[in-house]
Amino acid sequence: MSFGAPTGTPEGLGTFPRLLFHHAQTRGDAPAIREKDLGIWQTWTWSDVAERVRALASGLAALGFKRGDNLAIIGDNRPHLYMMMSAAQCLGGVPVPFYQDAVADEMLFVLKDAAIRFAAVEDQEQVDKLLDVMDRVPLLEHIVYDDPRGMRHYNQPYLHDIHALMEMGRIHNRNHPDFLDAEVAQGRTDDVSVMLYTSGTTGMPKGVCQTHAAFIASAQGGRQIDRLEATGDILSYLPMAWVGDHLFSFAQALVVGFTINCPESGDTVMTDLREIGPTYYFAPPRVFESLLTSVMIRMEDAGVIKRRMFHYFLGVAKRCGSAILDGKPVGLGDRLLYGLGTLLVYGPLRNVLGLSRIRVAYTAGAAIGPELFSFYRSIGINLKQLYGQTETCAYVCLQPDGQVKPSSVGAPAPGVEIKIADNGEVLVKGPMLLKGYYQRPDATAESIDADGYFMTGDAGFIDADGHLNIIDRAKDVGKLANGAMFAPNYIENKLKFFQYIKEVVCFGHEQDRVCAFVNIDVGAVGNWAERRGIAYSGYTDLTGKPPVHELIKTCVDEVNATLAHDAMVAESQIHRFLILHKELDPDDDELTRTRKVRRNFVAKKYQVLIDALYGGQATQFIETEVKFEDGRRGKVSADLRIIDAETFPVAKQAA
Amino acid sequence: MSKQIGEVILDLQNISLRFGGVKALTDISFDVREHEIRAIIGPNGAGKSSMLNVINGVYHPQEGVIIFHGRERKKMEPHHAATQGIARTFQNIALFKGMSVLDNIMTGRITRMKANFIEHALWLGRAKREELAHRKKVEEVIDFLEIQHIRKTPVGRLPYGLQKRVELGRALAAEPSMLLLDEPMAGMNVEEKQDMCRFILDVNDQFGTTIVLIEHDMGVVMDISDRVVVLDYGKKIGDGLPDDVKNNEDVIAAYLGVSH
Repeated sequence: MSFGAPTGTPEGLGTFPRLLFHHAQTRGDAPAIREKDLGIWQTWTWSDVAERVRALASGLAALGFKRGDNLAIIGDNRPHLYMMMSAAQCLGGVPVPFYQDAVADEMLFVLKDAAIRFAAVEDQEQVDKLLDVMDRVPLLEHIVYDDPRGMRHYNQPYLHDIHALMEMGRIHNRNHPDFLDAEVAQGRTDDVSVMLYTSGTTGMPKGVCQTHAAFIASAQGGRQIDRLEATGDILSYLPMAWVGDHLFSFAQALVVGFTINCPESGDTVMTDLREIGPTYYFAPPRVFESLLTSVMIRMEDAGVIKRRMFHYFLGVAKRCGSAILDGKPVGLGDRLLYGLGTLLVYGPLRNVLGLSRIRVAYTAGAAIGPELFSFYRSIGINLKQLYGQTETCAYVCLQPDGQVKPSSVGAPAPGVEIKIADNGEVLVKGPMLLKGYYQRPDATAESIDADGYFMTGDAGFIDADGHLNIIDRAKDVGKLANGAMFAPNYIENKLKFFQYIKEVVCFGHEQDRVCAFVNIDVGAVGNWAERRGIAYSGYTDLTGKPPVHELIKTCVDEVNATLAHDAMVAESQIHRFLILHKELDPDDDELTRTRKVRRNFVAKKYQVLIDALYGGQATQFIETEVKFEDGRRGKVSADLRIIDAETFPVAKQAA
Repeated sequence: MSKQIGEVILDLQNISLRFGGVKALTDISFDVREHEIRAIIGPNGAGKSSMLNVINGVYHPQEGVIIFHGRERKKMEPHHAATQGIARTFQNIALFKGMSVLDNIMTGRITRMKANFIEHALWLGRAKREELAHRKKVEEVIDFLEIQHIRKTPVGRLPYGLQKRVELGRALAAEPSMLLLDEPMAGMNVEEKQDMCRFILDVNDQFGTTIVLIEHDMGVVMDISDRVVVLDYGKKIGDGLPDDVKNNEDVIAAYLGVSH
């Protein structure tokens, strides 16, 4: 443990504000938050942050924010928004982070549901969204904005510049010097510390109320397993409304005391990642996927010698890289080759990815393809999986170092109990469980059973090593007409490992065979087409090119071949598929804001395509309405070709 | 809009410009007021770009008077225009393709650099201080135009719409009091046009920069300009508020190609 970091949680540090002020007192000069502004990384120390949080909290109090009030937080990962979370907690209020790219109407539901009176937002764009729905949320009283750009002509009395709020707070502090400490002292560890809305793959979003105790326990468990240090750095770039960001960039940062780094803008994350070189990194599988895709695309454009060298050493890494990382015995020859590979390929590659200082990288949020996962581990990046959901502070299972398997999500984390229900559903219990859904005692009762276990809704099993394996969402696991198990996610993930394929939706429940929709990755396929001199005018046109159909067919065939080897899923080989004419998009409600496919919605929307897949037609016309980012609507239409894939006989089990 | 439109800062009186026997501009008069967005429109070959070139000193009209900030000027070279606070962008992008976005925008600061080349070469006190101050200003422009992600990218690798934005950035880096934009939205798609409109309005609003722009997209012109002057065959055929110009019969005829 590095000097000055709090070890364990001493008595009296059971809430996040107390942890914050403790850091400010004991290691006030250490960096707490960095943000790249005007091209330069600016640093706030723990004492700077504590001072600002005090000012913001007092300012909020001066505006009338009270214990139990909810504070909406809307925007990209900005230092001031993280500070606003702490400020609300100081007063016994509850921060409610929103997904910042949601349109105004989507925000309306949460604004009403959480009875929002105060909102802290990033910029003019978010202010405009709130003003749009202001007349429909009579409770909303004050909006605080961080970035004053473009706000000069807004003179509504309920709009406040965050710096003005801080000034107001500093004056309030001078006049009532004991006020804030008394407020912080009133906070109890089992108070609700944050409300995170579930993304709503099922029904309306629900507000998950988590306590200080739950998030602190989860953060400490993570620190214990991964020996996190106060000198670490993390890049905070995932939506603040996502439980993962709250655990890593807020809870763990406050418990362990490491530095969070806010990127300059959403488009500069890759550059910022390289500049910061975080020691601790968290990303959903799709980020690792797109990182790999971009590397592969660039390698295809590289010279012959570089390309050969790259592929040769990737082969070496595939053979022995993971074993070396896990400290398992590896022959001398391979070790030497791997060392040379580190010098020539892996080291530079890690550097390009911005991952050369990484001690621990995590992925979660969706299942990760085993090949993708092994790739990162083989080049020496300690990528691990964790498993959890909003209701469990994203803290149920972690993969301990040295026991990492691509297929499992790891062993139960410290303090967590797991059992598998009769129907295969994973049930969990521990200090990280939610206090309840906000004003939904019915939903709370439904999700927690009589013994106090939370029902995750995931189907899984515990393997011989005691590690949890997740198969799919329990409700998505279906049966083919002949009774064989059909786990759509499992097949889809296999396909999504191909760089050309971005998204897949498989169908097969109560059908005689499996069919699929495929979304191509326009970057990778576009590059592929360019190199072959195939001209195309846009996404829809590209999806209609016969060579592209052939390309995707080879991917599907390959997956079918691997499926045929496993008796459990051999029946799930994809018989027919089509390439969708548009990308599945959260703006069209086809994906959730966290980019998970809303399976039932997609099935309903494209029913005619499913009928065509099963009806044996060769082509099908489709016209779809699309929503643009600015709210306008348009239509795309295409004649989709339906492609028959090759299927393989089930391989004989070699006992 | 709540902005204050000020005094006339540029007054063009009876300007005529000939290239040999070709009359590019004939007896054109109009003025530009402080803080306004003034559009020059007209069909191809109407003399719009020539007009812009007259304003910033590339062409010298044979006849007519130009009064800028209350003083008449006759012969002026483009670099004088630059030092007097007039910056411009070009119809065909004129950036240094091999240089990064940052360096390109830095060139916009050139008229404000005081240190001589020996100081720069030896990195002496003044050169260093200046460089840091200029870099800060350039970073503010980058932040304003939201192009942080391409800061270090060579301009030649950027798509057209972004190159246009970089060119605007270079002009802004000079902190001009008057900005001349030659078809800032030509060849852009709808989304890029909307972005560009927003930036032009923001520049005008936040820095109070007077803007003279040439544009073909009538929708854009009518939306963002305060006053519009219409040219056709080198002559002025309309001048006034967007709505007045829109209903002017000569303008309609010029645009729809009714026989003269």
